[in-house]
Amino acid sequence: MRYSAFKIFTQGLTGNKGWKPVWREPDPKPEYDVIIVGAGGHGLSTAYYLAKEYGITNVAVLEKGWLGSGNIGRNTTIIRSNYMLPGNEPFYEMSMKLWENLEQDFNYNAMISQRSILNLIHSDAQRDAFIRRGNAMYLAGADAEYASAEQLRQELPFLDFDNARFPIKGGLYQRRGGTVRHDAVAWGYARGADSRGVDIIQNCEVTGFDIQNGTCRGVETSRGPIRAKKVAVCVAGSSGRVMAKAGMRLPIESHVLQAFVTEGLKPVIPGVITFGAGHFYVSQSDKGGLVFGGDIDGYNTYAQRGNLPVVEDVAEGGMAIMPIIGRARLLRSWGGIMDMSMDGSPFIDKTDIGGLYFNGGWCYGGFKATPASGFCYAHLLAKDTPHPVATEMRLDRFKRGHIIDEKGQGNQPNLH
Amino acid sequence: MIINHPLLGPRDAAEFIYLGDASLIDRPDWQDEDADEKFYEYGYLRDNPAGEHQELWYHEQGDRSWLLVTRNTLTHEISKVELARDMARARGRSK
Amino acid sequence: MTQVNRLTGGQVDRSQTLNFTFNGKAMQGHPGDTLASALLANGQRLVGRSFKYHRPRGILTSGSEEPNALVQLRSGAHQEPNTRATVTELFDGLTATSQNHRGSLEHDLMAVTDLMAPFLSAGFYYKTFMWPKAFWEKLYEPAIRKSAGLGRLSMQDDPDSYDKGFLHCDLLVIGAGPAGLSAALAAGRSGARVILADEDFAPGGRLNAETLEVDGMSGADWAAAAIAELSAMDNVRLMTRTTVYGAYDHGIYGALERRTDHLATSDGKPRQVLWRIYSKRAVLAAGSTERPIAFGNNDRPGIMLAGAVRTYVNRYGVTPGQQVAVFTNNDDGWRTAADLAANGVAVTNIIDTRDAPAVCDVPGARHIRNAAVMDTVGRKGLKSVTLTSGQVIPADCLAVSGGWNPNVHLTCHQRGRPTWREDIHAFVPGGDLPPGMAVAGAANGSLTLAAALAEGRNVANAQIKDLGFTASRKAAPKAEDEPSDGMAIWHIPESKNRAWVDQQNDVTVKDIKQSYREGFRSVEHLKRYTTLGMATDQGKTANIPALAIMAECTGKSLQDTGTTIFRPPYTPIPMGALAGRARGKDFRPFRLTPSHDWASKNGATFVEVGNWLRAQWFARPGEQGWRDSVDREVEMTRGSVGICDVTTLGKIDIQGKDAADFLNFVYANAFGKLPVGKVRYGLMLREDGICYDDGTTARMSENHFVMTTTTANAVLVFRRMEFVRQCLCPDMDVHLISTTDGWAQFAVAGPNARNLLRKVVDEAHDISNEGFPFMACGEVTVCGGTPARLFRISFSGELAYEVAVPARYGNSMIEALMKAGEEFDAVPYGTEALGVMRIEKGHAAGNELNGQTTALNLGLGGMVSSKKDCIGKTLAARPEMNRDDAIRLVGFRPVDRSVKLIAGSHFINKGDDATMANDQGWMTSVAYSPSLGHSIGLGFIKEGHNRKGEIVRAVSPIHDTEMEVEIVSAHFIDPEGERLRA
Repeated sequence: MRYSAFKIFTQGLTGNKGWKPVWREPDPKPEYDVIIVGAGGHGLSTAYYLAKEYGITNVAVLEKGWLGSGNIGRNTTIIRSNYMLPGNEPFYEMSMKLWENLEQDFNYNAMISQRSILNLIHSDAQRDAFIRRGNAMYLAGADAEYASAEQLRQELPFLDFDNARFPIKGGLYQRRGGTVRHDAVAWGYARGADSRGVDIIQNCEVTGFDIQNGTCRGVETSRGPIRAKKVAVCVAGSSGRVMAKAGMRLPIESHVLQAFVTEGLKPVIPGVITFGAGHFYVSQSDKGGLVFGGDIDGYNTYAQRGNLPVVEDVAEGGMAIMPIIGRARLLRSWGGIMDMSMDGSPFIDKTDIGGLYFNGGWCYGGFKATPASGFCYAHLLAKDTPHPVATEMRLDRFKRGHIIDEKGQGNQPNLH
Repeated sequence: MIINHPLLGPRDAAEFIYLGDASLIDRPDWQDEDADEKFYEYGYLRDNPAGEHQELWYHEQGDRSWLLVTRNTLTHEISKVELARDMARARGRSK
Repeated sequence: MTQVNRLTGGQVDRSQTLNFTFNGKAMQGHPGDTLASALLANGQRLVGRSFKYHRPRGILTSGSEEPNALVQLRSGAHQEPNTRATVTELFDGLTATSQNHRGSLEHDLMAVTDLMAPFLSAGFYYKTFMWPKAFWEKLYEPAIRKSAGLGRLSMQDDPDSYDKGFLHCDLLVIGAGPAGLSAALAAGRSGARVILADEDFAPGGRLNAETLEVDGMSGADWAAAAIAELSAMDNVRLMTRTTVYGAYDHGIYGALERRTDHLATSDGKPRQVLWRIYSKRAVLAAGSTERPIAFGNNDRPGIMLAGAVRTYVNRYGVTPGQQVAVFTNNDDGWRTAADLAANGVAVTNIIDTRDAPAVCDVPGARHIRNAAVMDTVGRKGLKSVTLTSGQVIPADCLAVSGGWNPNVHLTCHQRGRPTWREDIHAFVPGGDLPPGMAVAGAANGSLTLAAALAEGRNVANAQIKDLGFTASRKAAPKAEDEPSDGMAIWHIPESKNRAWVDQQNDVTVKDIKQSYREGFRSVEHLKRYTTLGMATDQGKTANIPALAIMAECTGKSLQDTGTTIFRPPYTPIPMGALAGRARGKDFRPFRLTPSHDWASKNGATFVEVGNWLRAQWFARPGEQGWRDSVDREVEMTRGSVGICDVTTLGKIDIQGKDAADFLNFVYANAFGKLPVGKVRYGLMLREDGICYDDGTTARMSENHFVMTTTTANAVLVFRRMEFVRQCLCPDMDVHLISTTDGWAQFAVAGPNARNLLRKVVDEAHDISNEGFPFMACGEVTVCGGTPARLFRISFSGELAYEVAVPARYGNSMIEALMKAGEEFDAVPYGTEALGVMRIEKGHAAGNELNGQTTALNLGLGGMVSSKKDCIGKTLAARPEMNRDDAIRLVGFRPVDRSVKLIAGSHFINKGDDATMANDQGWMTSVAYSPSLGHSIGLGFIKEGHNRKGEIVRAVSPIHDTEMEVEIVSAHFIDPEGERLRA
């Protein structure tokens, strides 16, 4: 069913009774060409691009819970391509370009809104680093803009320019950055994949891999075994748990990132703003809530919840740059489990086990990568070679010494 | 969270800094034949279990002890707290 | 008398009248009122507009679950959006205005959206607004954003202050209703340390709202007596106006206490206090929340929950209407009818969905059994209700009871899931409670008063016995079990018009059915697709009916359908309270150097360096800008002598028989053979082989070393060294102590440095070039016996020393140095001049040691000793970190010397396009060199060490500029190091 204003009009006149399910609820077939483990954003976009770009439609996406129940359903919705390193930036810029055409591509309004992202600068050294980054973005074909403190005072007068502990000395804008209605991304991809014949099977947990002589031939699930020529794991947050079933240890730790939303408010801020001298980033949703977050709690966990010290630290960061939000009320806090990798960068790669592929390690940056991650994973699954923008996202890079460490924090996942 | 420090009693986890898996104690010997491989595994690969996890915490806002904490990553229940130095000795790191 | 609906009785103080305004209209109430009860007393039924359809709305509840009666409270910078009138204590001078309308509340222009509702059904926005592409951001979205949201921020800084506090107890009792009071009494009598917290300003919970008796007295009187007893106990802390908002790990609860919100002004006192409560055990006695029934146009002002109607009558002495009908599916609704009638309010009809006899006798009321309301009339206030039979009943108030839902929220904050109990048609706490928590009373599904009182006592006794206390033998307070039968009715299917489930977000039964039709069938999909339960009330009255309607569609049980996840906070919390005092300049503490006062008096401009404030430069009269000052400081230092406070560098004292071995292990270069009395530059790697930090370490004696680290890494390096000491080398005899704050340290640099120091260092110490050569160190005395340490090290490239004295002498030391330096025209210099001189000398600093660079990149590859192990050694040898074309640190100067270099520009070979594939490296640090008279830079470029003399492009597209630069040695001045050895 194609969506349009006309469709809404005709359905509205007939009591909205003619809407069809956005996806089927199929039973698993005994065998598929490709099984994707995990119907999160990346898994669903992988399925969508496999079907749409590479013509592979005999695909199942297996989901333990409900589709979109992973981090696609609990992130802070930010899209940006303001990375610096050659292993990353071209990939994220490709993702941004896919975002820019996504809604027309999958005929679903995911409310992609390029209202800008601003990284505040609080020291000269930080300015140098952001100029380096902004220039790298340009070299990769992205946009970047340096804003002076005076310019920001004009544009965002509510920031604390006069009494800040760490004065605002400027900022790096990416005007094409912004936010997306996160759940709608999962639904749009699911709808697009389903309509092309992909089976999305919810409430179907993968309990093991069928590995014989170093080759993966399928999976065991809560709904019985399913064979496949290729098995593509895509379960960021649970990567450690799932890949352990295949006997693999990963350069990944699981950590919780808390996120927060205030009660709905009339427009306060235009785009995304990030604090450079503390842990706080914020945007305002189309519904009016200030959506914000900060740093991970910092200890290994698989519990999708955090603790108070980080809640308060994040609020302090918010009040430090925007003391106007003191009387806005925090409505809800939640937590998502992050695949924190050893250099802060992800993996889209084959494994040492034949027919078993791995996509994970997205740290807390996976949402913005959703289109490119799916596209590149689909490319790898279809052609068995990495997509040109994802050639460095390899599992063996640490052994080789090819580190993609944007923050320069080294092999300690909770610092990325 | 509260960490029951073996010397100081229960302390808020906010007084501590988290490092990671207790396997970081088991630093390989640089002169081993396969030292490259061992250091790669030591530096980069983690069990990352969903369940009981032995991990290192540092009492930075306190007595500067490194502690080895056994904590469940699903429930956050802490079942054991030991001085990392004692555990390092027990794991054979004495000279 | 404006209070047309004020009755007699209740717990308000009629001896005082409070004046307030709503939308500018003057009204009166009494102490003990909430804004909601006072509005009702004044006959104000219409108080707000809904989120999506701008439907006229009134007051639905009497508590924190209120979805509709949200107001903008107070004015100016104190205004507070989305404030629930039902929990706002009335104070004299209160001002409130309604929200979310264009034009007046009565004539909201946006109400047109209600007429377009057929085209605005669940998720309509996902299906349109896509064409033309550019219109979303330019047209559709701005319009949506403008109409979204409810209240407004003042856009002024929050003028109030907030505090934080920490409390400890044996037993935390959450909720001071019958179960909570009973629990607190039992635990308090046993001697346990108890905290009893309740969100209301008057403890007692439903006891204040009911006419039921406890121990032979009225519920409210019994509650007052219980509070009096608890207040007299030293081991009990009673916290009213305190919401326990979250259950966190290991018995830690978050609580918000409202201290001045009930007053006209906070008067400089903290408005609220955010508590962290450390409990050994907890009893959750959070009560239950009544749920509505969904029927056509069930959202009109005047349609209220039956329990809330009872609260207004019994507690506040206010009737919400003059002609009331009751619609119920359970016995509890009958109590509302009875209490209204007892207060002389006309109850015309009791419409019971059950085919059962009357529960009690209600004078004047007609009992209509086996019936239901399916529609209502009265756009801005209820006029009549229509039954499924077609019968129309005039009413200005409809009291609706759909049964009660236990407040299980806190039981689920650690991922517990509630369990469905068919006998009471409600979810109750599941088995997986947060450790240490037990649940009592209505929150546990024990919905009658007698059961709640008994369970409160018993559960508290079990909890404290577990902690080793002896429970008091006193019996539980006595009450009768009131009738509590009910049936499950969630919505009235005969309703043709829209029936609201989530009133604030305008989610109707039709939306839920459409959500089902479109495949959004899991409760999480339902929530996310329709926005059910995502409003400021988090669906406290909406979620369970919605789940039941979805279960009806899917044919699944309620247990299998499940709930969405309950998340903190229980009710919303101001950001200001979460941040507490950490805002403005108090966001983080300041660290001040020992010469800070001196520097302030001598014209210093300060800069934030981590938590430190350091002197950035010292302006002199007549200087036109910072560059003038910095250039002068550099020139005068290089020309004669300059002094800089370098206390912020990390200092670590290292002692023990194995201290040298320890250093040999943590540093990449060798330290074992460093002679006593000598300093050595040290390079520290991370275990992954990347450079971590650098500094100097001095051997003061055989087993005593003094290390310096960079300012930024002082804490991190110390932490890492403790890790090595305790976890990797547990038997080494070595001890560490951070002495960063213990010693004040000053760099004295320039050709006259020795001459100056000669006047300060006591005669007995030989500091001649022969007696105290470059890289010497030693203990000395200064200024006639003050102990000091002297290091002959140089960051500036000049003949230089660093002299350290115990921090308490720091201020005197800078004065002594400056005085001794007068004859040499000594100059204090700040971090900018320090930076210029280090760039001129080619020293790496934070911009080069950025956590991404190797010793090889920095040109220090030779320092990594091959003869010994050290942190980072093995992984530094990985092949791709040692490529021939690796980037190298070199110097750059502009081909056109008048041009200013730009830090952060990237290098592109001449003739190549400026693309990432052609990226050769980047400029890390730049400065204007007063010594050379032009801009200079340091940077990393591929194979830089082999490319001296080559011209490349330094591009900075973000500035829309580029320039040609020449690759040169990083050592711009004195490359042979003659000055520092002079």
